[in-house]
Amino acid sequence: MEAVVDEREVVAIVDRHNAQCGGLIATLEEVQTVYGYLPERALRVVANITDHSLVDVYGVATFYRSFSLRPRGRNHVCACLGTACHVRGAPMVVEELERRLGIRAGETSADGEYTLETVNCLGACALGPIVVVNGTYHSKVEAASVKKLLKKTQPEAARLASEPKVAVSSL
Amino acid sequence: MRLHSPDDLKTLQAELCNNGHWTGRTLIIPAGTCGRASGANDLIRKAREELLRGEFAHLIRVRVTGCHGFCETEPSILVEPDGLFYPRLKPADVGRLVEATARGEIVEDLVWLDRETGARIPHQRDVPFFKKQRRTILSRSEQVDPEDIDSYLRNGGYSALLKALEGGDPAWVLQEVKSSGLRGRGGAGFPTGVKWEMLAKQPSTQGKFLVCNADEGDPGAYMDRSILEGNPHSILEGMLIGGYATGATDGIIYVRNEYPLAIKHLHIALEQARGLGLLGENILGTGYSFDIQVVQGAGAFVCGEETALIRSIEGQMGEPRQRPPFPIQSGIHGRPTSINNVETWANIPIIIEQGAEVFAETGTEHNSGTKIFSLVGKIRNTGLVEVPMGITIREIVHEIGGGPVGNAEIKAVQTGGPSGGCIPASRFELPIDYDGLAKAGSIMGSGGMIVMDGHTCVVDVAKYFMGFLKDESCGKCFTCRKGTQRMHEILDDITQGRGTHDQLDLLEELALVVKDTTMCGLGQTAANPVLSTLRYFRDEYLAHIDQQRCPAGVCKPLITFSINENCSGCQACAKACPADAIYGERKQRHTIDTSKCIKCGTCRSVCKRDAVEVA
Repeated sequence: MEAVVDEREVVAIVDRHNAQCGGLIATLEEVQTVYGYLPERALRVVANITDHSLVDVYGVATFYRSFSLRPRGRNHVCACLGTACHVRGAPMVVEELERRLGIRAGETSADGEYTLETVNCLGACALGPIVVVNGTYHSKVEAASVKKLLKKTQPEAARLASEPKVAVSSL
Repeated sequence: MRLHSPDDLKTLQAELCNNGHWTGRTLIIPAGTCGRASGANDLIRKAREELLRGEFAHLIRVRVTGCHGFCETEPSILVEPDGLFYPRLKPADVGRLVEATARGEIVEDLVWLDRETGARIPHQRDVPFFKKQRRTILSRSEQVDPEDIDSYLRNGGYSALLKALEGGDPAWVLQEVKSSGLRGRGGAGFPTGVKWEMLAKQPSTQGKFLVCNADEGDPGAYMDRSILEGNPHSILEGMLIGGYATGATDGIIYVRNEYPLAIKHLHIALEQARGLGLLGENILGTGYSFDIQVVQGAGAFVCGEETALIRSIEGQMGEPRQRPPFPIQSGIHGRPTSINNVETWANIPIIIEQGAEVFAETGTEHNSGTKIFSLVGKIRNTGLVEVPMGITIREIVHEIGGGPVGNAEIKAVQTGGPSGGCIPASRFELPIDYDGLAKAGSIMGSGGMIVMDGHTCVVDVAKYFMGFLKDESCGKCFTCRKGTQRMHEILDDITQGRGTHDQLDLLEELALVVKDTTMCGLGQTAANPVLSTLRYFRDEYLAHIDQQRCPAGVCKPLITFSINENCSGCQACAKACPADAIYGERKQRHTIDTSKCIKCGTCRSVCKRDAVEVA
């Protein structure tokens, strides 16, 4: 569902970061923390009140992997596909997640319940494969343990329904 | 409190040492990202509960630290000052561990068990994983609570800065770094002192930048995360010394946003250092001013490349640009900029403190000091290992790493990530340094060392890296953008059993074209994983092409799963199979319906009797 964007809030975010190094990226990161993704309206506001053209803003928003232009699900499942996780069977884990959730990596389920994403490396390589569910790291995940992992998150899903967004950065 | 002179800092250090002098024991619990993923938080809670419950607070303290390196055995506890190491603990074990520690005893059945000899090894220094290491950087993470600057100061923190400032001669600091022979730990191995000297000589009226490159994008390497999480002040101290030596005015730590705990610890460290007057204007009243800012990345591998990183720091798309001008001449906002890796910065205070000569005693000629590797993949002891340069791969893999997991033989290690290459077991006597690895067709890189055994398909790994680079190519150079795509398609064909000899020739040709015609390191090294695996494992490629066979049993279209006579009919696999492809009576040998089988490998991972075969 498209988020309702409070323009004053976006302006405040821009003000906080604009003068700093990496200002645009930091701005978009905070916008995403607030809305869970980058709503079009917010990008237009950012472009309007900074020196950047909308094309530049869109360019940055699509260049970096952690930005999403689409709303994310209430539950955020993120599988690590780093090399160490890969050789220990991470692709099987991702396939099993895709099968169980009925979505492909990078997609959000139609009911807005789950978003499945992959990440290049979370740096917990000794414990791979790693899956992060709503900010909680799960280590040594196998295809066979995916079912249990998702089941465990269900109470979390209920809890999260009341508090909309928890990103990986909540660690 | 703000420190106004070097003497203020000395007084504070002395006070902290006296007041904080502790004669009791300390339970050190590593709780980096890896520790927390393994349940360190439960262990910490339980340990604190037990101390309260047993009224042991006057005998034992708890110190929460970053990662010590042996991540696989976490959650673990290290007992100081005895040096006792308790790996893989459960919260239920903590009660008796605390009680025994209070009595000064060892819990025999919880200490390290040596699988070969069956002996119990209580002390960390005797555990094979630690024995051969030279842990100058990682051992500091055991001493320091990363969220508390006092703990860093108590352990001699900021003494190196003090020494540099009191010397009053930036040229001396520069010379020390130069004579230490320290080479960039990010992978390229450029001499740090030489880089700094170039920066110092650059004229600039608007100031110069020092950057800590913490965009550790290389998948499978995580030593930078560990240092940032476990000892953030060592990086700040290194940068402060660097700023003094080079005349730089601003510091930036560019850290990838996949490391939330590292970012948190950095912000805490910056705030505490600023509070004490160790950062900012007129540091310790010496007239030296330097401040550091954290800039977060947003997930782009190419931003590890210097010119792309600069663009990203400026808030733009992280596309590399042509060099010259080099960042040293024209970097962030056109100002002279020197970019160094996290591990390089962590070495700086050590060099200044112990002196260049002592530092250079470790390692080999032209490759001084230690290097941290992340030893991961198909190996028994996984984790971060810090070793002197010049140690052989065999020593790392077999003596520190403990050799293979199970029966499969180790066939290669992959070093240097997507820009590196494979080194086969036959060359494991190779001493590890920048030059030796390059000669063997790989690179040091940032220090990822992924161990591959007989169940790892090298074509699949080459395809994995190519897929990674195809996704991460910024697209600016046509040959990188399309070349990585085409190479990935060819590798995909080979793993699907559709590959031909002509394609293999084309792959080699493409690899060289991409190498020669791209602008930045990503493209120039993109072909390394392909070229090095072709060099050492051509027969595996040919097995896929000529016999439609994957010798490692990984490439799905070329393998079938079956159940052998070891099957006891326990039905575990049948219950777990997501495709309902396994049938059979209870206590009878089961069968896999290959027309339904989706080759997910679930049956193989749940089977306790090795009854599922892949051919």
